[in-house]
Parts: sequence; C-alpha cells; structure tokens
Amino acid sequence: MTPVLSVQNLRVEFPTRRGVLTAIEDVSFDIAPGEVLGVVGESGAGKSITGTAIIGLIEPPGRIASGQILLRGQRIDNLPPDEMRRIRGKRIGMVFQDPLTSLNPLYRIGDQLVETIATHTDLSASQARQKALALLTEVGIPAPETRIDNYPHQFSGGMRQRVVLALALAAEPELVIADEPTTALDVSVQAQIIALLKRLCAQHGAAVMLITHDMGVIAETADRVAVMYAGRIAEIGPVREVIKAPLHPYTRGLMGSIPSLTHDSDRLVQIPGSMPRLTAIPSGCPFHPRCSTCRSPGSIA
Amino acid sequence: MLAFIIRRLLQAIVVMLTVALIAFTLFRFVGDPINMMVGIETTNEERAQLRQDLGLNDPVAIQFARFVGNAVRLDFGNSYQFKTPVIDLIADRFPATMELAIASAIFSLVIGIPMGVYTALHRRSWLSNIFLAASLIGISLPTFLIGILLIFLFPVTLGVLPSFGRGEVVRLGFWTTGLLTASGLKALVLPAITLGLFQMTLIMRLVRGEMLEVLRTDYIKFARARGLTDRAVNFGHALKNTLVPVMTIAGLQLGSIIAFALITESVFQWPGMGLLFLKAVQNVDIPIMSAYLLLVAFIFVTINLIVDILYAVVDPRIRIDARAAA
Amino acid sequence: MSAAENPPEILMRRPSRLRAIIDSDLVYSFLRSKVTIAAAVVTLLIVLAAIFAPYIAPKNPYDLTQISILDSDNPPIWMEGGQSPYVLGTDDQGRDVFSTILYGSRQSIAIGLMATLFAGMLGIALGLIAGYAGGTTDAIIMRAADIQSTFPAILIAMLIDGVSRALFGEQRNETVVFWVMVLSIGLSFWVQYARTVRGSTLVEKNKEYVLAARLIGIRPAKILFRHVLPNVVGPVLVIATINLALAIITEATLSFLGLGLPPTQPSLGTLIQIGQKFLFAGEWWIAIFPGITLAALVLAVNLLGDWLRDALNPKLR
Repeated sequence: MTPVLSVQNLRVEFPTRRGVLTAIEDVSFDIAPGEVLGVVGESGAGKSITGTAIIGLIEPPGRIASGQILLRGQRIDNLPPDEMRRIRGKRIGMVFQDPLTSLNPLYRIGDQLVETIATHTDLSASQARQKALALLTEVGIPAPETRIDNYPHQFSGGMRQRVVLALALAAEPELVIADEPTTALDVSVQAQIIALLKRLCAQHGAAVMLITHDMGVIAETADRVAVMYAGRIAEIGPVREVIKAPLHPYTRGLMGSIPSLTHDSDRLVQIPGSMPRLTAIPSGCPFHPRCSTCRSPGSIA
Repeated sequence: MLAFIIRRLLQAIVVMLTVALIAFTLFRFVGDPINMMVGIETTNEERAQLRQDLGLNDPVAIQFARFVGNAVRLDFGNSYQFKTPVIDLIADRFPATMELAIASAIFSLVIGIPMGVYTALHRRSWLSNIFLAASLIGISLPTFLIGILLIFLFPVTLGVLPSFGRGEVVRLGFWTTGLLTASGLKALVLPAITLGLFQMTLIMRLVRGEMLEVLRTDYIKFARARGLTDRAVNFGHALKNTLVPVMTIAGLQLGSIIAFALITESVFQWPGMGLLFLKAVQNVDIPIMSAYLLLVAFIFVTINLIVDILYAVVDPRIRIDARAAA
Repeated sequence: MSAAENPPEILMRRPSRLRAIIDSDLVYSFLRSKVTIAAAVVTLLIVLAAIFAPYIAPKNPYDLTQISILDSDNPPIWMEGGQSPYVLGTDDQGRDVFSTILYGSRQSIAIGLMATLFAGMLGIALGLIAGYAGGTTDAIIMRAADIQSTFPAILIAMLIDGVSRALFGEQRNETVVFWVMVLSIGLSFWVQYARTVRGSTLVEKNKEYVLAARLIGIRPAKILFRHVLPNVVGPVLVIATINLALAIITEATLSFLGLGLPPTQPSLGTLIQIGQKFLFAGEWWIAIFPGITLAALVLAVNLLGDWLRDALNPKLR
C-alpha cells in the first residue's frame, strides 16, 4: 500500500552570511494512511523544519536542497507555488503551537472557518456555515451556534486549539502535521486535545505527524516514533519497541533520563553535554562526542 | 463603551485646560498688553483706566477664568496689528487651510498606502527599491525645500502652475472654496503636494513596516497552511491587520498636517491660518498667537479622541473589553 | 578521544578587542552597504568643510570689506557670465554662494548637534527621574510628555522663539538667537528619550540587585547610571540620529520662516529664504545650491540613522 507521505533523504539549507546552515540532513521516513507518527527531539533538533518543509512553507532564502517528498506517490517538493497552495489545507493540514497567535484576532472564527471551507470546496455560503457548525460540534465546542460568531480572544486556550483543529481539518486533508500542538496549553487540557486530535484523525481517515518534545504524549498516542537529533533521524520504529529497547545511544539516554515514578534514585540521569549548534555539527554521527558507547566517531549508528 | 468615551473626554478637557493656561500666561504676562495695544500718545491715566476696564487688576485666577470663558465663546480679543477681533481673522482664513490640509491628506493616503503595500509584498523588485529610495528623500527634505524645488521646477522653469496665492475663490455661506474654479484647483496642486509629500513617505514606510511585521505572524502562516490564496492572505488578512494601527497614526498625522500647513502657506503665500500665525509671531501679536495655540490644541485633541474611538470600534478586542469594563 | 588530541577551547587565545569590533555585526553591515559608506563620506565631507570654513572659503561673505557689489548677481562659473573665484555664483550683495554655503552649514550643523545633545540630556535625565522616583513625579513628567507630544515639534519651537522675541525685543544679538534656537528645538524633542529611558529604568528598578544595592547604601543615582544607561545606549543612539536630522530640518525651517538665524549670520535655511526672492528673476543658484547642500546633509544623516537602527535591532539579526 502506498504510504500517505514518503520523505526521502531530505536536506534543508539556510544560506547565512557565515556560510550555509544545514538544518536537516538525510531525513527519511514514511507515514502509512491513518497512522500516527511521532517525531520527537529537543528544541533545535529539526522537527519543526521537517514539518514546515513537507507543507512547503520554508521561507526563502531557506530551501530544500536535496531529497524528495512524495504525497501518495506523487512528488510535491518541486511543485509550482500555485499547485502547492492547493495541496495545503486540502490534502495536508498543519496545526501550530500557539493557538492564540494562530488565529487572526480581527476576524470571527466563523468567518475564518467559512473562508477555508469555501477555498477548497464548492459549497455555498450557507452550506459552508452549516459545515462550520458541524466541525465546531465535532471538536467539542459547546453552543456552536452562538460561539461561531465570537472572536478568538473570547475563547480559552484549550477551546482555541479546538478551533484551530477544526480549521485544519475543514477541508478533509489526508495528512495532518501537528507541530507541538499542546506545548502552549495547560497540562490539564493537553490530554484532552491530544485525545481529540487522535480521535478526529481516525474518524476522518487522516494520518498524523505529531511533532513534540514530550515523550509521554508519544507513548500514549503514536503508532511509530522517529527520534531526531541535530538535524538527523537517530532512530525510527514502532513506539513500544523504541521505548522498551532503544537502539541508538541517544534514544537510550533519553529513555534513561525519564524520572521513574516507581523507584527512587538519588540523582536524575542526564546525557552529558548538550546538543551541538547547527553551525558546529560534528562529522559522521552527530552524537558521537557525547556518546558513551561509541566505537568509531565516523560511523552512523 | 460609554464609560470609555467619557474617560477620554475628561482627559481631553484636562489637556485643553493646560494649554489654555499656557496660552493665558502668554497673553497676560509676556510683555505688557496695554503697552502693545495703545499708541505712544496715550497718557498714563488713560492706560491705568484701560487696565482697570479690561480687568487686568483682578486676581489672576479670575482673569484666567474669564479667559477660559471667553475662549469657549470664541472671543479672543482684538489683534494688536489689525485692531479687529481675532476670531474674525481666523474664521476668514480657516477654509483655506482646511482645503489645503484635506487635499494633501488625501494625496498622501491615496499614494502612500498602495506604495507601502507594494514594497512589503514585493520586497526585492526594482520598483520597490525605487520607492524606498524616493521615500528616504521624502523624509529628508524639509517641507519648505520641497516647495522651493517644486516652484523652481514648475512655475519657473516649465511655466505651468501658479507659485503663490489661492487663485479665484467662490464664497459659499461662511466658507470660501477654491475647488470650484480652474485657477483655484491649479493653485492647490503644488501646495498640496508639498504638504503631503512628507506625510506620504511616512505613511508608505509605516504601511510597509506594519505589513512586514504582520506577514511574519503565526496567523498568516496558519492561513497559508490552510491553502488560502495569496490574494486572501495578503489583502484579506494581512492588509486588514496592517491598516488598523496605520489608521490611528494616519489620523494623528492629520493634526500635524494642519500645523505644517504653516510652512507651505509661507512658501506659497497661501492665505491660511498658518500665515496669519506666522505674521503674528513676527510682530508679537499675542492675541492671535494664543488663539491659534488654543485652536490647534483643540484640533489635535479632537482628532486624537476621534481616532481612539474609531480604533475601539474597529478592533474587536478593545471594543468588547471596553464594554465588559463598563 | 583524549584531551591531548582535541585541546579544549579555553586554551585558545581570545581575540583582541579590536578584532572583536572589526568582526562584529555592526562593522560588517556598515562595510557591506555601499550606500551607508557613501552617506558617511558625504556627512564627513560636509562637517569637515563646515568646521574649516574660514580656511576653505575663497572669501568671507560676512566680512564687509571682502565683498564687492560690483561682483553681484554672477551665475555659477560654468555658465555664461560666471567668473572665478565665485564658483557657484554670487548673490545680490556680491557674496560668494559657495562661501555662504560653507558658513551656513556651520550654523546648521552646530545648532542641530547642540539641540540634539540638549534634548538627549534633558530627556535622559527626566526619564531616569520619572522611572526611578515613580509616583507623582513620574505622573507629572509623563503627563507633560503626553501633552507635549500631541503637538508637532515645530510649533513648540516657534512658540518658544516667539516668546523670546517678545521678552528680548527685536534687537536680540546673535548669540542669544543661537542659544534660543538650541533651547527651543531641544525642548521640543526630549519626549522620546524620556519615554525610552523611563521604560528601561522601570525594568531595572524592579530587579533584585537594585534593592540589594540600596540596602547596602549605594545612592540611587549611581545605581541607575551604572545599570540603566548601558541598556539604553542603543535605542538612544537610534533616536538621536533621527533627531539630529529632524533638528537640522527644524532649524532650517525656522530660519526660512524668518524666525531663526538672521541674514547677517545665516544658516542654510536663511540662505534659501533669501534665495527664494530671486528664483523668478532667473538667479536660481542663490537658493538651489544651499538647498542641495541641506538636502544632502539631512539625507546622509538619515541614511546613517537607518543603518544604525537596522544594525542595532536585535530582531533583524
């Protein structure tokens, strides 16, 4: 079966005055239809850039330097801007971190929903509004008939993110990229939103690329997980396996550093050192300066 | 909403009273009003009598109250130079200044906003660079110099468009307008451009700056991620969000246009209030000076007030919060 | 990997301060932009020319023994009727236009600089006081700032000038005029400095080290000086360059309107005013050359200000 998304050897570069910065290098993974792929890593590891590259929103002078992105077997990384625009929203949806800044404060959410629906379908204005109401109900907004005419600042953080989800799913995309969707929310609300995301995507048959730095969320929600470090994928595999038996020393370090609720320890476990800056990535395997099990610096784990 | 308006009104009144105080101090204490009003032949008894009649021996507070009371009734006394009521002189010249100010405001908005939008959307095009270079020159040239250069170019070298005066005017009730005659319109062109050029470049840079900021926001990114057309993103979302703060500042600029009109009126000998004030300063005609001060303060304060209210109407965050706070 | 093979960075020499400055973003962006370099060169030229005016000018146009009415109304040297040494022509009194520009630039730059300095010092001082003292003092200063900023600077400058005219009478001597202009222009521009500095002061005031310093007994003035000022240097510099351009424009405008420097000791603005009368008579050089000089000066200062603003803006890095 063709994967919904297939990323092959993707490399994204940013020319700066100090030279060319490689944000992500040799990134490859597939997402099967309806599957939830978690992408996990520290800040700066390249997770967001990967998501942004897939949906084609890398700002110049940044660019996709090499590699391919295939949506259901069809290349999308080299499409002309207008065709890429048609894919956005309709076939790939994206949700960002901060629901407050994701919504235009001057427009009612109903107008923003109807606009998105109208762009991608041929529904009439009243039909689009009906659909918007249905979407709001689906994401769990109470009293949608009144709230559809509210402005974004009249909603709480969690409610806003639900609206954002409704907007992202409005045109029924096949793939939803969720970039840290719960980081800006209260802990109590985070679980609700993640559950909602998973349920909606399952219902609409959409695959999910869930980007987060929170391993707990991945463990609960994802089918497979890709661990990123310094712009590359360190390890990728089914969630259970990666958590139980990590292969890459970085992943092992990550798993080992999660504090346990069950037994006491005197110190929190840490991976020594810190992730290198993008301008100073060591050659070969980028983790090798911090790696305790590394045999030869040049090999890739 | 009502509470918001009332609060702003009170602030406005406080500002006006402060300015009135300054104008009054000017009026009463700079130089001796009596000596400036009368000729040399007037005897000392007559001066003393005049002083008494005009109430100049009363306590300062009472004089101030009287001053404010008179001001509200638009009575500013008589001009030292012309011996006629100041308010008549100002009313006579008010239409000239207003027409000039409005013409240049329209010019600056109609040209400035599209230029700003263009340079924000097409950052690297050669036309944008030309606009930006022109804008830099626009804010570097003092208004009077622009006027001089325009005079040099059109009336002197090319022989078109008049270099001074207002042309023929038509009287409509208490208003005189130059807009209904060909010579009046021709006379308006150069002064309006002179006055409006500075504002135009300001607006252009403002719109550009705001729009670039807006284009960087998350909601624009999200709008693009939803596949909205460039037109919807740039003009539906970005432009609307840009214009809201731009509008406030543009509104405030209208006030400065009325003040800067002074300079343009001087260059082109345009018979407006500004020119009147200028001559008053040169001849130390205090009544006109203090009246002009109050008038300009009033115009500024009113414009600020209107702009604030307008802002509240357009930005739903403020409107709803204001209602909630009321 | 032993320590011997990859010596840690600490052992490497730290680059000298000079190297650090040369490598810094500031200098980089300066050298990168040809426009900015050109602007700096132009500014420098005009400033130097102004400073050394007495040595460069062919004739001192304000020394009555050096001008000859016979040489009046000459056009620039490249036109018919022009004669040396009057490179840019002469006015109706026989004064050499090039020389008048040199002397005029002196006045324009001098007043512009002093007024900006005055506005800066006043604004910074008031900002520090308002921020640190808080309460009524702060409220009064900020109210004054609000009221003043509803009016354009030029009106305020005109007002102060008008008042001085009333107080001192018409026959004010030239030094008085100079300082009155510095005062009036400076007074109309302090607000921006004050607001920025006040903001920074408020931020610093609430930090713990200030409380700690006060407990030990260090005087507030010293605390503010040491800690707030370094933070505001950047924004203040940016405001100052914009202000310098505006100050020069304001002075020129006031002189043009007849409220500034008199024809006996003119600035570029006064020169343009004098020249306006001769435009229609065909003697355009009397107004246009000072005009070009003024425009070039302000443009150059603005470009430098733009560069400084972009270079110091953390968001654009």
